[in-house]
Amino acid sequence: MAEYLFLVPLLPLIGFLINGLLIGRLPRSVVSAVACGSVGLSLIVAIMLFFDLKALPADARLIEQTLFTWISADILHVNLAFMLDPLSAIMILVVTGVGFLIHVYSVGYMAHDKCFGRYFAYLNLFTFSMLVLVLADNFLLMFVGWEGVGLCSYLLIGFWYEKQSASDAGKKAFIVNRIGDFGFLIGMFIIFWHVGSLDFATVSQNAPMVFAAGGTVITVACLCLFVGATGKSAQIPLYVWLPDAMEGPTPVSALIHAATMVTAGVYMIARTNVLYMMAPDALMVVAIVGAATALFAATIGLAQNDIKRVLAYSTVSQLGYMFLACGVAAFSAGIFHLMTHAFFKALLFLGAGSVIHAMSDKQDMREMGGLKKHLPITFMTMLIATLAISGIPGFSGFFSKDEILWKSFSSSHGHVALWVLGFITAGLTAFYMFRLIYLTFYGEERMDAETKKHIHESPRTMTVPLMILAVLSVIGGLVGMPHIFGATNYFEEWLHPVMAGPPQEAATHALASAGANTSMEWILMFASVALVLMAIYLAWYLYRKNTAAAGSLADKLSGARTTLANKYYVDEFYGAVVIRPLIVFSLFLWKIVDVIIIDGFLNGLASLWHDISNALRHAQSGRVRSYATMFVFGVILVVAYFVLGSN
Amino acid sequence: MVDYVSALSIDFNLIWPEIALLIGASVILLGSISKSFRPVIPAVALISCIVAMLLASQQWGHQGSGFADMVTCDNFGVMFKQIFLIASIVTLFLGFRYLKVKGLNRPEYYALILFSTAGMMVMANTADLVVMFLGLEIMSLPLYVLAGFNRRSLESSEAGIKYFLMGAFATAFLLMGIAFIYGAAETTNLRRIVTNFSYIAYDYNSTAIYFYSGIALTLIGFGFKIAAVPFHSWVPDVYQGAPTPVTAFFSVAPKAAGFAVMLRIFVFGLSGVELLTTAFWVLAVLTMSVGNILALRQDNVKRMLAYSSISHAGYILVAMTVGGADAVSSAIFYLVAYTMFNLGAFAVVTVMETRSGCRSEFSELTGLSKVHPYLAAILALFMFALSGFPPTAGFLGKFYIFSAAVHKGFIWLAVIGVMNSFVSVYYYLRVIKTAYFDEVKGKVTPVVLSPTVIIALIITALGTLGLGFFPQQLLEFSQAAIFGMP
Repeated sequence: MAEYLFLVPLLPLIGFLINGLLIGRLPRSVVSAVACGSVGLSLIVAIMLFFDLKALPADARLIEQTLFTWISADILHVNLAFMLDPLSAIMILVVTGVGFLIHVYSVGYMAHDKCFGRYFAYLNLFTFSMLVLVLADNFLLMFVGWEGVGLCSYLLIGFWYEKQSASDAGKKAFIVNRIGDFGFLIGMFIIFWHVGSLDFATVSQNAPMVFAAGGTVITVACLCLFVGATGKSAQIPLYVWLPDAMEGPTPVSALIHAATMVTAGVYMIARTNVLYMMAPDALMVVAIVGAATALFAATIGLAQNDIKRVLAYSTVSQLGYMFLACGVAAFSAGIFHLMTHAFFKALLFLGAGSVIHAMSDKQDMREMGGLKKHLPITFMTMLIATLAISGIPGFSGFFSKDEILWKSFSSSHGHVALWVLGFITAGLTAFYMFRLIYLTFYGEERMDAETKKHIHESPRTMTVPLMILAVLSVIGGLVGMPHIFGATNYFEEWLHPVMAGPPQEAATHALASAGANTSMEWILMFASVALVLMAIYLAWYLYRKNTAAAGSLADKLSGARTTLANKYYVDEFYGAVVIRPLIVFSLFLWKIVDVIIIDGFLNGLASLWHDISNALRHAQSGRVRSYATMFVFGVILVVAYFVLGSN
Repeated sequence: MVDYVSALSIDFNLIWPEIALLIGASVILLGSISKSFRPVIPAVALISCIVAMLLASQQWGHQGSGFADMVTCDNFGVMFKQIFLIASIVTLFLGFRYLKVKGLNRPEYYALILFSTAGMMVMANTADLVVMFLGLEIMSLPLYVLAGFNRRSLESSEAGIKYFLMGAFATAFLLMGIAFIYGAAETTNLRRIVTNFSYIAYDYNSTAIYFYSGIALTLIGFGFKIAAVPFHSWVPDVYQGAPTPVTAFFSVAPKAAGFAVMLRIFVFGLSGVELLTTAFWVLAVLTMSVGNILALRQDNVKRMLAYSSISHAGYILVAMTVGGADAVSSAIFYLVAYTMFNLGAFAVVTVMETRSGCRSEFSELTGLSKVHPYLAAILALFMFALSGFPPTAGFLGKFYIFSAAVHKGFIWLAVIGVMNSFVSVYYYLRVIKTAYFDEVKGKVTPVVLSPTVIIALIITALGTLGLGFFPQQLLEFSQAAIFGMP
């Protein structure tokens, strides 16, 4: 089976080529069969590979496949090679699994769109790029995938490019990501400069010899890579593109901007965990940025009225959790949350898509309400996802979030302050999610009559993926039960071979104060569950029981509310501090430097060439005798040169 | 050292590929008497090319000479034989529909292509100046006829006559050069000339002068074939007048043959002649620059491509100036790559010309992206390759040549080369601009793609992209081709 690893990314690529090259020429049924089929087959191959990998002994779980040498120049050798280890195995299962469900969902969601073929071509291309990203065995190939998903994200956000806001959002996402990519590249260059290789295996092996632990070089390299991660994974300060990315079709938001692409940064840090473990200062920055983003985005989520924007800020906030986990060296907890989040957030987005579909493309929650009885499946599945993201015990989100909170408290890289930030965020999360549920599904029906007439439950192709994801959102967490439940954390064990240091370290740490820690872990768990329940009660009280109270509260806090609704004016701040000066500077470059100096010079040069060309053209008279004359002149010169030169 | 016993022997293994082509050509000429045989003629031509290709592959790795040392078979020659054969196969595909549409579908076309290719293979398969000359004539005579193949067209006839006159003119110089060298070195065998070189070159009697003027005249003779400036003036008229598939063939195969011979004589054989470096330097700069500058102001795509092919010969001359294993193997790489994308570009022009009344002016390309997006895309690919954009083979080819030049200290030559390449972007992108962005005036005549042309387009496009992505294999071949060369 191992020799078929290349099929995992290749199949979606074939799907892309078929749908992309024959755009507009295939019937919709064929387009959707090719698109879903290619990802589905890829999922099957991925599952088979997963079991192959599982059959290997724990410390030998590695399947490598080198297709060919891509670049070979001096000391730079880059192979087009794929690597399947426990970490990338989880990623390809998430990408192909969730990806497949979203492809199927899209068949229903996009059924009325006129650019059906283009949509699925992009979606396949995205899946291919994402799989290259996670399977790459070196930084450069990963960067290829990294840029590929960025491109697809741009194309899909701006999918409805006739809409100004959509094409603007696409550009914003692309430009902000380029800033992050620049950091990624610099980090990659630093690593190559010092290690002389870009292979993950070689870099991990040689890093301890090359870099001084905690030294400046490794810290700077890790921070540069982290800048890349903040761009792709929407962390402070580069998170601003993600909420706008909601302009894209909703399944795209689910796949790219919730489940897969935005987690690439987390994956990258987990992949390079050996380097990060050598740079504790960089880890600290990751943890602080992660925790701060988690809290910051959650507060903005409180005051958004667009259903997708709430989920967008929620995604930013949850990604913050994952970075917090990585930052406290609990990489496997981060990846665990990545997986459970992929299930429940994809479900939430798809559910929101189902709602929007039913509401004739309206997204404002103030115009919804009472949808529970119209959309029973959507409601049930979304409720499950909400319980999961809020961290209600038994649901997947509880296990992963709890592990992160516990690690941020107990890890040797952790701190109480980090735990507090995460703890508050958990409460806020539960509040805004239940606000969403109550505003959308309960209460009076606030939509206009025309919309109301069209409300209907979504077709099967949309609801079946919802139900499957709902099941996963419930049981997905069982693979990573905490130790205090007396269960084995299969997930951590599975990832153990690829993660440097932390587990043993944590183990010794835990051993030192085993008794105290166990009770502490119980206490913290109860505290967060209690907070979540309180938050849910508050949401119920404000948005269900006593809606007038919500209004009066909003009036009292109008200042804070406007600030939140306007997202802390961060976009405006960037506009004034970064974009305006840049525009002024580029105007100068354009009007003065480019038009006058460079264009003037170049146009002069070009017209010079033109004149020479014109002059020479007349030598080409079309008469053989003039050609022969020219020839003879050439002969005389060459012969004379050789004869004279020989003496 | 040459094994003279075996060198005297008659060993047909050395010339089977040539024989295969000659048999194919003769069968076509004889068989064309029968009307019922005519439809299979293209197939016969194609099969004999493929057989020749297989036979030539058998020769890979076997070094040998025979026929009184008149024939030398080595990897270098085999490499070039394959280039000629690829070019002729693509040309056969291109001609199929074009000839029918233009009412030129006569069996001689196929026979002439095969004869001419056989001549090129003779050129590449020898280290003897007289046999080279023989090969050159076998190659050239069919080409003169092919240039004037459309005898009802004034332009084509003019092209035939001009090519013949200029060719005969150049041949005279070449023959005189060979005679001078023979007079000075008392042999026409390249290896023995090289062995005698030190006696000749430092003999301050008149011998040296004859020898050097012999070299100069030989250089001129072959310079004509590769269209080096100032021996290039025939190119635009002939390329424009000749039937387009023939032009495609002209722009690639005879050029490669000329380079095969020049590399063998001047870069491997007479590498001791220091004067050659400067001569090549000047020729390279002139050829690149004049070709590019003149291409800027052309309104006819075929004529533009004619000038562009001149400038591409200039890039290969850069590699010849530099000399050494790296440069020569990069020259071979470039020739293969150039064969691919230049044939491809001409293939698109051929398709355009099968529309009635089309004269392959730039203006006739407008709207191509609308009526035929795939053809427009593939045209754009070839234009990007010609101008040397990554990830096409055109980029890598230029990159290898210029980096070899920089490594050997020819920095200015590389700079001039890159500048030229920069200038060339203008007229290549103009094609893309016309096909994609210019406003359509009136109705666009639809383009008909025949299966044979599609095959030609696929071969060349895959070659252009494939060599751009996976250059390693060809690089290894071209390094093996020059391994063990003197």
